[in-house]
Amino acid sequence: MWVQAWNYVLKYPDKIGGWVLQHLYIVLVANAAAAVFGVLIGIYISGKGRERIAETVIYFASIMMTVPSLALYGVLMGILSSLHLPSIGFLPVVIALTLYGLLPIIRNTYTAIREVDPAMIEAGRGMGMSEMQILTKVKLPLGVPVIMAGLRQAVVMNIGIAAIGAYIGAGGLGQPIFRGIANWRPDLIVVGAMCVSLLAIVADLLMGGLEWVTTPKGVRIRRKG
Amino acid sequence: MIRLEGVGKTFSDGTEAIKDLSLEIKEGEFCVLLGPSGCGKTTTMKTINRLIPLTTGKIYIDGVDTSRLDQNDLRRGIGYAIQNIGLFPHQTVEENICTVPRLLKWPKPKQHARAQELLHLVGMDPDTFLRRYPSELSGGQQQRVGVARCLGADPPILLLDEPFGAIDPITRSRLQDEFLKIQAKIKKTIAFVTHDINEAIKMGNRIALMRDGELVQFADPATLLGSPKDGFVRDFVGGDRVLKGLRLLKAKDVMQEPPLTVKVGESPMQVKAHMEKERMRWAMLTEAEGQFLGWITCDDLQVSRCIRDTITPPTVTASPDTPLNEALSMMFDSAIGTLAILDDGERLVGVLSFEIIHDVLGRQTREFQPEPCGEEL
Repeated sequence: MWVQAWNYVLKYPDKIGGWVLQHLYIVLVANAAAAVFGVLIGIYISGKGRERIAETVIYFASIMMTVPSLALYGVLMGILSSLHLPSIGFLPVVIALTLYGLLPIIRNTYTAIREVDPAMIEAGRGMGMSEMQILTKVKLPLGVPVIMAGLRQAVVMNIGIAAIGAYIGAGGLGQPIFRGIANWRPDLIVVGAMCVSLLAIVADLLMGGLEWVTTPKGVRIRRKG
Repeated sequence: MIRLEGVGKTFSDGTEAIKDLSLEIKEGEFCVLLGPSGCGKTTTMKTINRLIPLTTGKIYIDGVDTSRLDQNDLRRGIGYAIQNIGLFPHQTVEENICTVPRLLKWPKPKQHARAQELLHLVGMDPDTFLRRYPSELSGGQQQRVGVARCLGADPPILLLDEPFGAIDPITRSRLQDEFLKIQAKIKKTIAFVTHDINEAIKMGNRIALMRDGELVQFADPATLLGSPKDGFVRDFVGGDRVLKGLRLLKAKDVMQEPPLTVKVGESPMQVKAHMEKERMRWAMLTEAEGQFLGWITCDDLQVSRCIRDTITPPTVTASPDTPLNEALSMMFDSAIGTLAILDDGERLVGVLSFEIIHDVLGRQTREFQPEPCGEEL
């Protein structure tokens, strides 16, 4: 089985490459959307006097995580078809992954901003920074490591979930897996599964690197010490 | 000049942090807001730059009602340093110092020059430190940068909330001294919050002592120590308030001429004759130019020996600017119980003795207390 899988890789590298790219494309689009919405929502709910809203939003985002992906695809297909939008393939999968990616990003953005040392914020305010300047010059730069950790979690998680997208015709690395199950071709299952795992590991490392690069130098030094 | 008129602050939970407080801080004055925790001193300070909005009353800066100004413009014109320093860890020392100049959109070269100038002022080498991050500095260095940052755009007013709170006593004392020197140069109008009576006496031109949101006594340190208005003030300044008053005087204010000095050229015989004539059991030996060498006691003086060999070298000496409390403590270490006061060139300029301090204390106590107050004297 392993040998057969390896032979398959050697024989059809272009096919596998295509699946990987498709898979990555879905995950990247979904996570880009999740990052934008997640960070914006996280910033919004971390505002003063929005504790109740924050609780509610994080609660719903957590519930979203517990919905099985197949069920979510089903619900989305219903909604999209009633809106006359493509109900199978790329769109429902991207939307589902975006929803899944929101929780870690919202939660981490919220925590990052909430946990900035109040002394920093008071110093900024006392020196005449506007609330917007405090957000962009103090809270967000200091929160970068935590926000990036949320994004990293979302990406790695979605690489796994995206495989199921092949079931509703979105392509990607789910394709060899489902085809292998349907035709009893263990080599195909192994190829798909190994690629998904490798992709997740590589993505995790890359996101870790990105986290390090985007963290302000002064904060990095402090964490080391 | 800062004028608080009938200022009151009631928080949303109903606590009355400040009650009808009026106070005027003069131009160039170092005003200390002093009091136990929860007395409203920090709240009072924060109403000046409107970090805490007033419930009642008005605050005027140079005659302008601060509530009419844009709050960010107001704050950019007032230096602000907080207890936990609050340096931004993601910014270099230079970026931290230039926080307000950047908000005011100063040109880059001007910002850079200002950062260099300020680091220099607080006694740090610009070339070494401008590019460092706060986490690469010691606690004392961070405090200095904190002070430099609040001076960033050269504001005429500084609000300092226990700026030397979070450091060890030795560094704190040194930073206090340095800050006083800086203040002598820059002459800012300062509101300085502390709960430390010693710091208040050392730093302030005037001290506003608060309790439960009210101003109890607003006076210069000598008055506060000498004529406490009521029992609370008396308790707060402490039972040793007369001794604390010593720190307000310097050696040069009360020192006396050395009773008997001899130059290094004189022979032991001559010295002995001097001592007998003056009825002194000791003399002070100096170089021809006045540099102090040490003490000569009657017992050590042997006719056969050279006078240099008989001296007891001074274990401690003070400068004319040494505060009397330190000088008194040094006197206990001095062999003779008398303290030699030397100028920058090591020349003997005077002495302090227990009698002198005793006289000073007696005089202070009498001056401070026109009405005798039995239980204390």
